[in-house]
Amino acid sequence: MSLIEITEVRKSFGANEVLKGINLDVEPGEVIAIIGKSGSGKSTLLRCINGLENIDSGSISVAGAQLQPDEIHLKALRLKVGMIFQQFNLFPHLTAGGNVMLSQMVVKKTAKPEAEAMAHKMLERVGLAHKFDAYPDELSGGQQQRVAIARALAMQPIALLCDEITSALDPELVSEVLAVVRELAAEGMTLLMVTHEMKFARDVCSRVVFMHQGRAHEIGPPDAVFSNPKTPELKQFLGML
Amino acid sequence: MKYVFDFAWLGQYWPVLLKGIGITIELIAVGAVLGVALGIFCAWARALGPGWLRPAITAYVELIRNTPFLIQLFFIFFGLPSLGLQMSELQAANLAMIVNLGAYSCEIIRAGIQATPRGQFEAGASLAMSPIQTFRYVILVPSLQRIWPALSSQIVIVMLGSAVVSQIAAEDLTFAANFIQSRTFRAFEAYFVSTAIYLLLAIALRQVLAAAGLLIFPRRMRR
Ligand SMILES: Nc1ncnc2c1ncn2[C@@H]1O[C@H](COP(=O)(O)OP(=O)(O)OP(=O)(O)O)[C@@H](O)[C@H]1O
Ligand SMILES: [Mg+2]
Repeated sequence: MSLIEITEVRKSFGANEVLKGINLDVEPGEVIAIIGKSGSGKSTLLRCINGLENIDSGSISVAGAQLQPDEIHLKALRLKVGMIFQQFNLFPHLTAGGNVMLSQMVVKKTAKPEAEAMAHKMLERVGLAHKFDAYPDELSGGQQQRVAIARALAMQPIALLCDEITSALDPELVSEVLAVVRELAAEGMTLLMVTHEMKFARDVCSRVVFMHQGRAHEIGPPDAVFSNPKTPELKQFLGML
Repeated sequence: MKYVFDFAWLGQYWPVLLKGIGITIELIAVGAVLGVALGIFCAWARALGPGWLRPAITAYVELIRNTPFLIQLFFIFFGLPSLGLQMSELQAANLAMIVNLGAYSCEIIRAGIQATPRGQFEAGASLAMSPIQTFRYVILVPSLQRIWPALSSQIVIVMLGSAVVSQIAAEDLTFAANFIQSRTFRAFEAYFVSTAIYLLLAIALRQVLAAAGLLIFPRRMRR
């Protein structure tokens, strides 16, 4: 059994079918890059995996937690899979430490001292232990995104979804975030990331999924996908870059 | 025309004034705290709550915002007893202010909630928080911060509007002024003094609200 099982997933917004039967199984420790043109459904796929969007048909499960639209199932699923967003989405009224502590205390009912210790540990892991008391608006974009990663990690997820997590960053800040992701990958975290960082995808990922018009058009190891694309659509996409 | 000012009555009637001030302060303290609490609940219900609750809240808000406060007060004090709900003047005044501020603050707070970036809700959800938890711990404080100046103004308006409760003989500051005026026939002086006190109360209230803002919202937000 795979860690993440995505089977025949379909999703429409009104008359616009955005996912047209996606199949993807992810093994523990895999790092998957999802690439493709704008509008091909990459974000929608990620958002379906943790239930931010409802699927119309098909099934998704993460480590045995089945995607169901009710609150109890959603909670069980979201405890297994964290998400990091392009726009960081830190809570502006809480410090970096507060951001990392909140969901532990609210969702897992962790006592404050333990949540605080965990927050310190996770901020340390992303190289920001010294920013524990800083508010989001006192941090650079790269630092904010690393806090967001620490916040997701503090819930001890089995897998992480990353939706273009470096796209909102100034170029010089991209590498510090990618370095953190690279480390997570090395530690065996299962990652699904939508990315435009082709070099990173090539270096770090175990498989690359090329999405085209709502389908997983081509899937394979990075070498095959980048050096030896089979479909004309992927060739064209890679040529466009 | 020559008018001789006479404030000598202050010597005799200051306890009456003081009691009126006390009651006005009590009315605004209770009204502000419970009214804003009611407003938060209604704002949540209208913006994010279950579908079946929204029409009821909308009806309440529109009813209150489109009728005079004085009539609301009369309805509560004179009307509700026929339904078996007896209240003292003070209880009726308190209730009227809570109900009134609840409706107005609902709309102000709802605007704050609706200005929340969608990513905040999604971040809460993706951390496995329930919608209620996300509202309580993620959405509420920044939403209140966004609209705190408008909400503060509304609370001051309600405080000044509380003068009306003297109409049901709730013994607030205006009631005290009326009483003194009727005993001393010193209308100008009595209302001059009460006007000055309202002014000071309003200024003090704004200060208190600003301080409360600094306390609740530890930081200025850029976004
Ligand atoms: N909430 C929504 N309501 C209606 N249509 C939507 C919604 N979200 C996405 N779409 C549509 O679904 C399609 C796929 O969007 P999606 O965001 O998944 O693309 P993407 O591959 O992530 O693109 P990008 O690279 O620009 O982020 C687009 O046509 C988009 O307009
Ligand atoms: Mg996208």
